[in-house]
Amino acid sequence: MSNPLVDMEKPDVIFCIGTNMTECHPVAATRLKKAVANGAKLIVADPRRIALAEMSDLYLPLRVGSDVALLLGMAHVIEREGLVDDAFMHERTAGFEEYLEHVRQFTPQWAESITGVPAADIEQAARWYGAAERGAIYYTLGITEHICGVDNVQSLCNLALMTGHIGREGTGINPMRGQNNIQGAGDAGAVPSNYPGFQAVDQPDNQAKFEKLYGRPMDAEKGITKVRALEGAGEHIFAMLIDGENTLVSDPDRKHCERALNALEHLVVIDIFLTETAELADVVFPATSWAETDGVSTNTERRIQRLRQAVPPPGQAKPDWWIISQIAQRLGFDGFEYSSAKDVFNELCSLSPIYAGLDWDRIEHGQYQWPVPHKDHPGTPILHQGEFKNGRGLFKVISYRDPAETISEEFPIWLTTGRRLQSYHTRTQTGRAQGIEYLLSEERLEIHPEDIASWGLKDGQWCRLSSARGSVEICVRATDRSPRGTVFASFSFNDVPINILTGSGYDPITETAELKVCPVRIEAL
Amino acid sequence: MIQKSTTLTIDGAEVAFTEGETLYEVAQRARRPIPTLCYDPRLEPFGSCRLCVVQVEGVRNPVASCTTPAAAGMVVHTSTEAIEHHRTTLLELVVSENRQVDVDPLRGYASQELTTLVDRYQARTGRFAGAQSGTSHSEDDNPFILRDYDLCISCNRCVRVCAEREGDYAIAAGGRGFQKQITTEFDSILKDSSCTFCGQCVQTCPTGALADKKALRAADIEEPIEKTRSVCPYCGVGCAVDLMTKGEQLVGIQPAMDGPANEGALCVKGQFAFDFVQHRDRLKQPLVRGVDGQLHETDWDTALDRAAEGFRQVADKHGRHAIYGVASGRTPSEADYCMQKFIRRGYGTHYIDNCSRA
Repeated sequence: MSNPLVDMEKPDVIFCIGTNMTECHPVAATRLKKAVANGAKLIVADPRRIALAEMSDLYLPLRVGSDVALLLGMAHVIEREGLVDDAFMHERTAGFEEYLEHVRQFTPQWAESITGVPAADIEQAARWYGAAERGAIYYTLGITEHICGVDNVQSLCNLALMTGHIGREGTGINPMRGQNNIQGAGDAGAVPSNYPGFQAVDQPDNQAKFEKLYGRPMDAEKGITKVRALEGAGEHIFAMLIDGENTLVSDPDRKHCERALNALEHLVVIDIFLTETAELADVVFPATSWAETDGVSTNTERRIQRLRQAVPPPGQAKPDWWIISQIAQRLGFDGFEYSSAKDVFNELCSLSPIYAGLDWDRIEHGQYQWPVPHKDHPGTPILHQGEFKNGRGLFKVISYRDPAETISEEFPIWLTTGRRLQSYHTRTQTGRAQGIEYLLSEERLEIHPEDIASWGLKDGQWCRLSSARGSVEICVRATDRSPRGTVFASFSFNDVPINILTGSGYDPITETAELKVCPVRIEAL
Repeated sequence: MIQKSTTLTIDGAEVAFTEGETLYEVAQRARRPIPTLCYDPRLEPFGSCRLCVVQVEGVRNPVASCTTPAAAGMVVHTSTEAIEHHRTTLLELVVSENRQVDVDPLRGYASQELTTLVDRYQARTGRFAGAQSGTSHSEDDNPFILRDYDLCISCNRCVRVCAEREGDYAIAAGGRGFQKQITTEFDSILKDSSCTFCGQCVQTCPTGALADKKALRAADIEEPIEKTRSVCPYCGVGCAVDLMTKGEQLVGIQPAMDGPANEGALCVKGQFAFDFVQHRDRLKQPLVRGVDGQLHETDWDTALDRAAEGFRQVADKHGRHAIYGVASGRTPSEADYCMQKFIRRGYGTHYIDNCSRA
């Protein structure tokens, strides 16, 4: 997030797109509810009539995968009606002339023809956001899990840049991160493009720095993403070390994923349970869980907080950092002689400019949001104040593209996937918490009541749901949360493995799968 | 001049205040403890319990400090003999309405507030006959929230936290006087209301009338409750929590009221879905695949050697780009750091990713 969570109570116009926040980030959503109660206007764009849509002042029910068109239509109106922030664009951005010229061709009427959202509502949304004193954008995976995920994010950045809704209190571009420490995983360098602290691997000075630190030559090129690694399993990837991820159930195209993991010569999994993924491994290590280990996590607003051990681990379970370090030592790699999580974290701080002002003891009370470039720095709750990291904010010229697969005679219905309040991901944790079953005991396919009738189904009936990649059987629930022609399910329940169906395409830059769009067919059982 | 216009006197001491502060807030800062029952600093003042009354010179009757704005030059007495007598009487009345005053602290974060005040004011006199004003909902079979309204004192904190903080409006107060009841729409069980089971009503209840059913499962364990500050393991909001333990058992979760990301709020997962930690399915020993194709338990040395040997063989046979590391968005950052260092230090590649693409 460019702005802190407390800022969620400060905008006068809030634009939520592709975020089911009341279910996926419920505590953050309480702040939005307060903002709305205090008079902020809420615009919600989502294919489904989610709880946020119900509390919104303006709901934009766009067709799945049409976000770029909606955002171009809004940009067109902001430009046409003179709601751009000229001073901001001139002082802080680059490429706006070309961008403004580009958006002049995309009228709200054109956007309506792609998105299905009435042109008048697109105009209203653009006017509110464009004229706001403090406009803030919040998004989640509904924006990123598309073949055009990067285009979607860039389109949102364009809107913020043209209106100057960035770098100030109560504004910003705010992605809500979905996992407790997914931000920390990136911070720590567990990505193919960056060393720890987002130091790009293809920058020669970073390469030289880490060659010296780690005492060996380093590749000058970026690595490959997990998606490509799974594709290359058995061809050029032959061993994997997977820590704390149920790849098989959470990733798209489950059959492909299972083939890939089985094609490896060596698979080592570290986890707290024998997950579906761990069952395929050659070696499985028992890790300590949350509540059993000391450590650090970074939340969605870049806040660095300490996790503390409260109970002993079961049996012989050990911390993940210890297990990985032990394997490394047995392979003769030096530099893994840590005696505590504190040792590891302090090393991370010592070589990450964004953590340079931090160490284990300084983060005791969780008051720092990175970057914290030196010891006297108070942290950075709001990014891009006064200046962008790379100088100027760059507009990108983006055009609309169809999803990887569109509905056809064979697969005439849009499936979109997501999460539910009461379960978390593949239920390895919430599925083992007493009582959650009382609130959510099984997966249901959410279908609009009129579609249920016209497709010859009944509420509570079982059906077969098929895509180009496979089929699953699932029970039907009638709800007008789903729009006509679009159905929804979560991927949480292993007995309804929805990710057998997904995986039609990937964003060419991030290689994030298009989990939010999948044409399907439904047959009654 | 400016300084003088923004001060008042509390119990003889001159105290500065900022416009908009209540007498209660000013007294808190000045370390003049005032008892309350209906007050939760996160909520709008309500002024119903009347325990926080103070004497303001020039004003005939005592005023509720939680709803009275501070004004320049006020002379306030927080603890006169008359005020203290009034507070004792009020507490005696409250006690007379309740089935039970002493409740297990596992019930909730604020559950000891009434007990503590009753003891401080020695209000267990039995002076009033009283009648219970709430009726427990034993038929509500939800596994999380005990609705023991026999202990309800109608402070409305649960109703207000649900509305003001959660925006859920799942519960409301119906009836008046002894007939007053906290109910849902249509007087249903919570599951059939708009309740999301975030547990905020439980944690603000000052009498334990609303209680954490999961934590109460550990009521019979003799050991004392200890609390350890940590962060919720679910989404990326990063809510600070206190892990409640008895001995080696994790028995419940309470929200950290001073948590920078959540300021006391939690959701159903963070509040109640903690017991996966000590679930019987947890892996307790390393496993290696045997010649029979099955996974077998083994010791750490055997498993670590086997893991290392496999990577060594693959690297020898296929080269250093044949090895890939997948780090987790669920583990602490130290695990992620070690994973990337394993790949970079070990193989000089950037064949490392995490689970953010799924």
